[in-house]
Order: sequence, then structure tokens, then C-alpha cells
Amino acid sequence: MTRTANPLVALFRREMSLAFGRGGGPLLACGFYAGVAVLLPLAEGPDPARLAAVAPGAAFATLALASLLSLERLFERDYEDGALDLLSLGTPGLTVVAAVKCLAQWLATGAPLAVAAPLVAIALGASPTLAPLVFASSLLAGLGFSFIGGIGAALSLGTRRGGVLVAVIVLPLFTPLVVFGAGAVDAFSNGLEWGPALALLGAYCLGACALAPFAMAAACRNALS
Amino acid sequence: MTDHASQIRRLRLDAVGLERGQRRLFSGLTDTLTAGEAISLTGANGAGKTSLLRAIAGLLPLAAGRIAFDGPEGEVEADTARSEGLHLLAHQDGLKTSRTAGEELEFWARWLGGAGDVGAAVETFHLEPLLTLEVRKLSAGQRRRLALARLLAAPRPLWLLDEPMAPLDTAMRRRLGEVMQRHLDGGGLILAAVHDPLPLPSRNLHVGAGA
Repeated sequence: MTRTANPLVALFRREMSLAFGRGGGPLLACGFYAGVAVLLPLAEGPDPARLAAVAPGAAFATLALASLLSLERLFERDYEDGALDLLSLGTPGLTVVAAVKCLAQWLATGAPLAVAAPLVAIALGASPTLAPLVFASSLLAGLGFSFIGGIGAALSLGTRRGGVLVAVIVLPLFTPLVVFGAGAVDAFSNGLEWGPALALLGAYCLGACALAPFAMAAACRNALS
Repeated sequence: MTDHASQIRRLRLDAVGLERGQRRLFSGLTDTLTAGEAISLTGANGAGKTSLLRAIAGLLPLAAGRIAFDGPEGEVEADTARSEGLHLLAHQDGLKTSRTAGEELEFWARWLGGAGDVGAAVETFHLEPLLTLEVRKLSAGQRRRLALARLLAAPRPLWLLDEPMAPLDTAMRRRLGEVMQRHLDGGGLILAAVHDPLPLPSRNLHVGAGA
């Protein structure tokens, strides 16, 4: 038991230390998020009523973009320096490696962004009563963003301009997350039933968590050969 | 020597053929590596030495033939043999430049099996003064020693080594020779791609060129 638990904990800690080490991944994503959020009122015009109406949706669409930032490097560094070869030789196998990496990505990037999301929504004029739901749905969506995004990251291994390719592969698959996430917040702010949208968001995320690691492992194996 | 579930006793290459891109590297390579034996894999640059090592590690698909691993009680499933029984030491060592040598050694020892003695590995390859340094600050030879320490920190029977000697100094080459000899004495298997001869008795296997 300890023999299988230990390597996964070790891998998780390594991933977290790499994410928080050089490059400041989480801060970078949050900075990007804040930057785009500031641009929005400038483009949309300063009318508070209009901004407040789009605030939850805008906060969510921007969140999807911000979570793309560090995805490109999810497997690429390990692919380039040979670590992916060695990771594939561990007892847990590449599928588990992919799942642990995405989980670490979620905690390192998705969680800080989920903390920033209510702030962005409120700054854009959304009611503070929305904050808890915005946080919850962003956190949940972040899980989906990292697992779905991981597929794009694995598929783009070994290509040039991988980052753009990741975005092109992954953004269409982000659609349900944005629809249900922003939908739940929107329903809540209009006094409607918001539970079903959040449940659908959760279902999509869990589906992604269950299936994406297999796709990522297959894509990594393909890139290694 | 170790109590591994999949103790590899024999590696069998059966009419193995490899391709890179559209190019056939070699075909019909048949050989058997048994416990306690070392094979030095020779061949010109690009002949397919590294590719053969990667194919044995399951990272490259075979164009033809079969690779099989035998344990004490007959053939072992290839996936199990690879995930529990073999080490791959390649040019790309997988060490993260932003982490310290100690962190990296600790991580890989856990990932690859963990039952080994990290302290002894550190001592064997004189890594004590380097453990707190970031990997980016190590020289090529020091990095190689760190990569080699993994072989001891996580005991696995089959060692696939790609030019293990290249960046090492004379004293360290001798030390590696002793380490390899000890591994063979304990029932280990070594397949090493080399240009210079290995510092221990080994059988030669030539790949490429018209095969």
C-alpha cells in the first residue's frame, strides 16, 4: 500500500514545486486574468448597468483563457528533458502520471484563479452576493479546464508553436464548462434555479477526470515513440 | 539480491527489427541477455543503439520481432517487467534544472521503486557536496553521476545504459565499472550502448550496417 501511495505523493509534490518554482505560473495566470478584466470595461464602455449584466459571463470566459496559459508546459518540459521516459517506467504508469499532473495543475493554477474570479466579477459590477457561487463554479470549472486542457497539452507534444495548438484543440471542449458555469451564476443572479447548471458542470468535470487521463497517456506514448 | 515481484532473469530479443521514420535501422536481431551478464552494444552513429534501448524500455514500437522478459518462473508480462524491473539511463536524464540534486534524487528513487539506499548511492558517486545545488549548476559529469545514482537508489535488475561513461572522469569510470560488476554479481543484467569498451568483461553485440 505505502509503496503505491508514496510515488504518487512524491510526484504530486514535485509537480507543485515545479509550478510554484521558477516562472511563477499561478501568479502569471492571475496577472493575465486581472489584465484582461481591466481591458473589458475599456472596450465595453463605463456604463455600470451594462458591465454588471455581462460581468459573470465575462469573468468566466476570461477564466477559460487564463487557465490556458500554463497548460502548454504541462507535459512539454518532461517530454523535452527525458523525464517523461522515466515517468513511464514507474509502477503507476502514464495514465496515473497524467491524472496527478492535472490535479497539481488544478491546485496550482485553477485554485488561485478561482479565488480571483469573484474579485473580478465584483470589480466588473456583479453583486457581492454572487461571490460564493462564482468561487464554487470557478473552482469546479478549473478542474475541468486542467483535465480537458491536459489532452490538448499531450496532443501538442513535439510540435512547434504548441501553445497556440493547445488553445485551438481545447477551447471548443471548454464550451460546456463556460456555458454551465456562467449559466449557474446567471441563473442565481436572476433569481432562478441554479442547481442544475452547477450539477451539469460537475458532471462534465467528473467525466473529464475519468476519461482524460487515458487520452493523455495515449497521446504521450505516441509522442515518445 | 532484491525481493522484486518481477525479478528479470533473462531478456530475449527475437528477430527484432526497428524503423525510424521510413528508414529501416536493422532487422532480424536475435540475442539473449541472462542474469549476471553484460552486453556492450556497438554500432556506428545512427545505427539504432539508442532506438533499441528505447524499444526494450517500451518507448518505441517494434517494426518486427518480439522482446520478452523472463523471470524465475517463466515469462513476465512486458508492461510489468518494464515498470518494475528496468532502468533506462539516456542522454536526456530527465533531471529538472530548477530543483536541487537532492530533491531530484529523492523523487526518482521513490518513483522508480524506493526500496534502495539513497545514502549509499550518494556515497558511491560522491554526491554529498552537490545535493543542495540546483541541477543547472552541475557540470555534465556531475549530472551524469546524479543520474547514475538512481540505478542504486532504486534497485532494478535490468540496466539499459546509453553511453554511460561519456562525460565521466577516469576515477569515476573506474568506480562505475565496480558498481556494474557488483550489479552483475548480484544477478543483474546490463545492456550498454558504448563506443569505448566497458571496464568489465562483456559480450559484444553489433547493430546496424546491412543487418
